[in-house]
Amino acid sequence: MQDDAGGQQMAEIGGLAPGKTFLEIDNLQKKFAQTAAVEHVQLKVTRGEFVSLLGPSGCGKTTTLRMIAGFETPSSGAIRIDGVDITHRPPNQRNVGMVFQAYALFPNMTVAENIGFGLKVAKKPAAEIKRRVEEMLDLIKLPALKNRYPYQLSGGQQQRVALARALAIQPQVLLLDEPLSALDAKIRVSLRNEIRSIQRTLGITTIYVTHDQEEALSLSDRIVVMNNGRVEQIGTPFEIYNFPRTSFVASFVGTLNILRGQVADPAGGKIVVDGQEVIAARGLEHTRAGDACSVALRPEIVSFGEAAGDGNHMQGTVEDVNFLGSVVRIRVRFTDNAISLDTFNNPRLALPQRGQTLTVSFPREAVLALEAPSST
Amino acid sequence: MKPNRIGPWLIVLAGALYFFVPLLGTFEFSLRYLRGVYSFEAYRIVLADPRFGATLTYSTVLAVATIIAGVVLVVPTAYWIQLRTPKLRPLVEFITLMPLVIPAIVLVFGYLRIYNSSSVLPLTGTDRTTDLLLMFSYTTLALPYMYRAVDTGLRAIDVRTLTEAAHSLGAGWPTILLRVILPNVRVAVLSGAFLTFAIVIGEFTMASLLDRPAFGPYLQLMGANRAYEPSALAVISFAITWACMGLLQLFAGRTPGQLPGAH
Repeated sequence: MQDDAGGQQMAEIGGLAPGKTFLEIDNLQKKFAQTAAVEHVQLKVTRGEFVSLLGPSGCGKTTTLRMIAGFETPSSGAIRIDGVDITHRPPNQRNVGMVFQAYALFPNMTVAENIGFGLKVAKKPAAEIKRRVEEMLDLIKLPALKNRYPYQLSGGQQQRVALARALAIQPQVLLLDEPLSALDAKIRVSLRNEIRSIQRTLGITTIYVTHDQEEALSLSDRIVVMNNGRVEQIGTPFEIYNFPRTSFVASFVGTLNILRGQVADPAGGKIVVDGQEVIAARGLEHTRAGDACSVALRPEIVSFGEAAGDGNHMQGTVEDVNFLGSVVRIRVRFTDNAISLDTFNNPRLALPQRGQTLTVSFPREAVLALEAPSST
Repeated sequence: MKPNRIGPWLIVLAGALYFFVPLLGTFEFSLRYLRGVYSFEAYRIVLADPRFGATLTYSTVLAVATIIAGVVLVVPTAYWIQLRTPKLRPLVEFITLMPLVIPAIVLVFGYLRIYNSSSVLPLTGTDRTTDLLLMFSYTTLALPYMYRAVDTGLRAIDVRTLTEAAHSLGAGWPTILLRVILPNVRVAVLSGAFLTFAIVIGEFTMASLLDRPAFGPYLQLMGANRAYEPSALAVISFAITWACMGLLQLFAGRTPGQLPGAH
């Protein structure tokens, strides 16, 4: 676990991208009647960066994206691309490419016509349109389908065409609004790898909206986790997963055990959970002895049996043992709290039985003290 | 099980008889112009009558003008309501239904009162402006059909996302409407156009009270003074209507890339 200075540095890296800012979202707010959909969103994205907006339905991620695209007008705040304020520009004057969840291909046009639409609107010469369309078809590996209509394509092919169409106009920023949500699981994985590969090849600044944590973790340079219209945390996938700053981030990203207890020694990071002592590597900031607090533990960091060293040990009763294929998940109850732990499947593994008393161990560094969500 | 299958077929048969028997009767009667022998004499007389060609041409031109006016009025309106003001839909639907509730004769008397030659906007002052008034009257009369057809077509496509996609690719409103929306509701617009055509070709009240040489008053005139020719005219009218339907089907079948739901 990092020390305070390290944590501070991490927060800065997460909050502000290193290098020159290309896309800047400055204190963006959006209200629909009296309801705030987006509040005080602040984000700086560098050129060529892939940033995901991650959160549950209604958290404001799509509204934020739509404000960048120009489909929604912010109630306040500013959006700048390469230093130019585009907050009040209409969508057709932003040079921002957009890929929609529902593909949004024009049904009356062929694949080639769809891809060339933006160039035709921009009145580019026919030869240039043809060349660019062919480039894009090669990029998405669908040159043979250029004369097909959208209804003759599979969902995955349609979304690749939609991506090519958005990229054909050489936008400054590429926006993707849950582009894989309508596809089946297998296509989703292959297409997300393709999207990332194309994005890296072109070096285009990309904002990707998703509610799928796995997608965000596997694709992004940085993730912005949103909840109730606010940014909960900004950081690399590693930071977001391993060092969640709020209980929302901790519970939304990955599977998590939350243990509720009372602070025993704030400076020493000691907490009492169901009468057993748990020690966090970091001190518990802004708390006093006796305060209620929550700590989080990833299931994969907890092991059963006594572990060597000065880690934490807790004793409980096995409540359930679930065989999940490559992983076995064991649920252990203390008194009010329970934790799940994951262990890799091994034919020689002696699995505990339900009702058995079991000691579980976890390192001090794995204990994440959770903050309440920030109010600003 | 069997009665369940026969039941619907009996209803279809009853409907077909109700529709076709009078038509066949009319056709058979139209062939009896010459005593004791079936002939197309009534058709020959009708087709030779210069008023037939003149009134049919007049009504066809007016129908085409009405269709253009209807499309220009309805497509952007229905599009905008779907895109930006869906809450207004019930109100607009109510307004477009008014011509079905208010009899044509009431409408035309209203027009005559407002647009007579001594009014501020004397549309009945000359033949051409009266034609214009008649065209607008027909547009109003066809509004319920045109609006519903276009609205149904627009509901079958994702108007909002298509608009946003086109917008993000740099297209302005006219481009979006003409190159993205209109081609995708072509079948719906054609349905509305066909219904408008059928209404205008047979319309009597407005054309008669505005004293214009349309096909409807000609049909009435023939019906009042001749025996066999009106039957021949009725059959010809059906043929024209069905030819229009055939053309519509032809266009619909050739429309590329139409969404299945848009048909």
